Amino acid sequence: MDVLDLARIQFGVTTVYHFLFVPVTIGLSLLVAILQTMWRSTGKPVYLRATKFWGKLFLINIAMGVVTGIVQEFQFGMNWSAYSRFVGDVFGAPLAFEALVAFFLESTFIGVWIFGWDRLKPGLHLASIWLVAFGTMASAYFILAANAFMQNPVGYQLNETAGRAELTDFGAVLSNPVALAAFPHTVFASWLTAGVVVVAVSGYHFMHRRDLDVHRPAMRLGVMTTLVGGLGLILSGDSLSKVMTSTQPMKMAAAEALYQTTSNAPFSVLTIGSLDGRHGTPVIEIPGLLSFLATGSFGGTVQGINDLNAQYNEIFGPGDYVPYIPLTYWSFRFMIGFGLLAMAMAVIVWWFTRRGRLPEHHLFWPVAMWMALTPFLANSSGWIFTEMGRQPWVVFSLYQTSEAVSPRVGAATVAASLIGFTLVYLILAVIAVKLFFKFAKAGPPGEELAMFTSSPSDDPDKPMAFAY
Amino acid sequence: MELTTIWFIAVAVLFTGYFVLEGFDFGVGMLMPVLGREERERRAMINTIGPVWDGNEVWLITAGGAMFAAFPHWYASLFSGFYLLFFLILLALIVRGVAFEYRGKGDTDRWRRGWDRCLTAGSALAAFLWGMVVANLVRGVPLDANFDYTGSFWSLLNGYALLGGLTMLLLFATHGAYFLHLRTTGALSDRARALGLKLGVATAVPALAFLLWTQIAHGNAASLVLIVVAVLGLLAGLALDFKDRSGWAFAATALTIGLASAALFCALWPDVLPSTSDAANSLTHENAAATQKTLGIMTWAAIVFLPIVLLYQGWTYWVFRKRVAVERIPVA
Ligand code: HDD
Ligand code: HEM
Ligand code: HEM
Repeated sequence: MDVLDLARIQFGVTTVYHFLFVPVTIGLSLLVAILQTMWRSTGKPVYLRATKFWGKLFLINIAMGVVTGIVQEFQFGMNWSAYSRFVGDVFGAPLAFEALVAFFLESTFIGVWIFGWDRLKPGLHLASIWLVAFGTMASAYFILAANAFMQNPVGYQLNETAGRAELTDFGAVLSNPVALAAFPHTVFASWLTAGVVVVAVSGYHFMHRRDLDVHRPAMRLGVMTTLVGGLGLILSGDSLSKVMTSTQPMKMAAAEALYQTTSNAPFSVLTIGSLDGRHGTPVIEIPGLLSFLATGSFGGTVQGINDLNAQYNEIFGPGDYVPYIPLTYWSFRFMIGFGLLAMAMAVIVWWFTRRGRLPEHHLFWPVAMWMALTPFLANSSGWIFTEMGRQPWVVFSLYQTSEAVSPRVGAATVAASLIGFTLVYLILAVIAVKLFFKFAKAGPPGEELAMFTSSPSDDPDKPMAFAY
Repeated sequence: MELTTIWFIAVAVLFTGYFVLEGFDFGVGMLMPVLGREERERRAMINTIGPVWDGNEVWLITAGGAMFAAFPHWYASLFSGFYLLFFLILLALIVRGVAFEYRGKGDTDRWRRGWDRCLTAGSALAAFLWGMVVANLVRGVPLDANFDYTGSFWSLLNGYALLGGLTMLLLFATHGAYFLHLRTTGALSDRARALGLKLGVATAVPALAFLLWTQIAHGNAASLVLIVVAVLGLLAGLALDFKDRSGWAFAATALTIGLASAALFCALWPDVLPSTSDAANSLTHENAAATQKTLGIMTWAAIVFLPIVLLYQGWTYWVFRKRVAVERIPVA
């Protein structure tokens, strides 16, 4: 394997890993803020207990998101120095903004929130978790704007002598139509993810009939979040598809393995045959759906891979401009499929727990808990689709992935760091998951403890409300 | 002033802020096994930095982002060139960051001891490696016409860089000891003070040697002034610690770290990464820079947001200003 392959694997591994935690952070910070707000406005201790319980799980998760994020920030320079030189003038600014506007806010106020239970006025303490939730969304926006430049470069000018893309319009970079469409899609995905996690964990306690007073409202909130997220995903996914088709038609063709330009193109739910769909036999097809996703009309024409490749050969010179079709085809389906499964699970759970009911079948909750994996699979698939569907470009139509890698970094070096990160990440994954389960099973603190640790106090001898 | 100059200063300020702030939380991490005699003492130590360490680390992330945006070539050459150093720094920061959150979430001594080791090793390793990075940055490295690093990993392990690493390690440990003296109470605070004295003395020797070497090999008038004041700060810190003026002693090492870091950036100027193979290949604040357009936007962003950040970060230090008493740590 050469440096390029290794660098690509490393980017994929570390980014997919980072993005296992990110959606949970974005979604749970909001849910914790909502729970704490409910406590403040109703004064009911169950909401405080729920806040404390979910707050703890949120912290276990965010610790991983934060430490894996740092790797992301420096990886561009380490493995992709040529890329960094080429796009830095445009791409660096959103990253710097992200740190300045979002990360400072997030990291400072998360500390305030964790340690401030007995130090701050309750209103201020509540404000701090809302600021964290806001910070996570802001950080998602800026990084998605950076990513959108790679999907659909805007607001730049190519400087041939300097050999790089130079910023001409920062407003255009921040309001890239891809970013505007991807942001709601990602936020809804985060809500769906956090919602499903809440449903699964509450489900565990429903199964054991423990602390139902705390878990019932949480379950309701989780189901609602999942469904709002799911609905939002479908709507925003539809608009994202249209933006994508107009900016990267090849990616849409690759999503369906559509070789010939077709009107009224169907969407195949499942295909058997060769993996790249060349000789495939679609088993289930939804007529016109692909055309609808791509163009907004069931009769619309979707350009096929062959035509596009021929066009690109004329524009960009001879070459192969087709991404790896089996991956794009299946990752697109996994994204949608696993997302739909998650939504179905939420609806079923809601139905069987409506108005105080408890499902009796002994497999009900175990199955529901396993379903918690679905949004993670959907998220990873969505990103793998997005990034692999852009290949061979790293910046679509401007710069190819093969040019982007650091020219002087050796394969052994990248291999060493790839192995190092992967091993550490694996070990940490085991630990984080174990801890998550441990605290998820332990359940919320009792009323007395929860109240005791959340009242502001000037008593110098009182134990700290929170200590590591 | 030229925008490239302003951004050179801005990047220098961000890294300097990072070293001053994360310096003491690295120090606390390193001193855990030495000063924390029993579990509650160790927890008290961690809790002195608990609310702030993540915010401190964002100084680094912002420095990296600012470097990427303002000096894409600097960012690209530095991180690809010092690849393995950064790889190790990242591992250290990962392990250490997780340790903060996770050590208190297990029940056994073994669990906590394991994380304590991660915290200590991660802090010490990161401190040492940052010293190496900064020293190699000032010293310069072989670069080709494309500004890519042509040396090997081993050439980064030169004497000057190792001395820089040792200096950074000891300086941060001292900074951490003064911080603990300031932020804890009773016996723990007293021990931190005593250890701070010893560490201060131990730091003085390599720090003097390193700064002198820097001045002779790479220095200019500005760096000389900064170095002299930095050294005075270190000595003042010792005296103040001796006199039990914990707040002022801490301020003194903060000053030392800040000025020493500033001196290194002054010695670097006008380069951002000097080339030792061919001076024509040196990266300067001009040829490494982004366009005026980008720099202008970044300048506005910094003018608007940096004061806000400073305000709320400063506010958190004020909110958590109270000393952490071992007695107030809840019994696990
Ligand atoms: C739970 C997760 C989830 C679910 C259920 C869906 N998506 Fe999605 N999708 C994502 C999670 C996601 C993601 C991981 O968040 C991505 C990756 C990049 C992005 O912006 O969002 C994504 C990307 C993404 C892209 C690629 C954008 C690009 O490359 O520019 C398209 C076209 C869609 N989605 C469309 C859909 C449609 C039509 C869905 C129909 C129901 C759908 N998504 C459900
Ligand atoms: C939003 C910020 C992101 C940016 C700026 C970004 C940027 C990049 C870059 C520079 C590469 C390497 C070049 C290439 O192979 O094309 C890459 C590849 C990749 N990214 Fe992203 N990425 C982002 C988000 C994500 C996320 C969240 C995921 C997954 C969860 C992801 C998954 C991947 C994968 C799997 C690859 C490897 C594709 C390959 O084989 O090259 N990316 N991305
Ligand atoms: C490849 C590009 C990416 C880079 C360079 C990057 C960088 C970072 C960094 C440095 C942190 C740590 C911040 C801290 O210390 O507080 C972080 C955390 C975070 N990132 Fe990323 N990130 C990337 C991809 C993404 C994507 C695609 C999203 C969301 C759409 C995202 C959202 C977040 C959020 C919400 C956090 C907060 C904490 C958490 O992750 O749980 N990041 N990221």
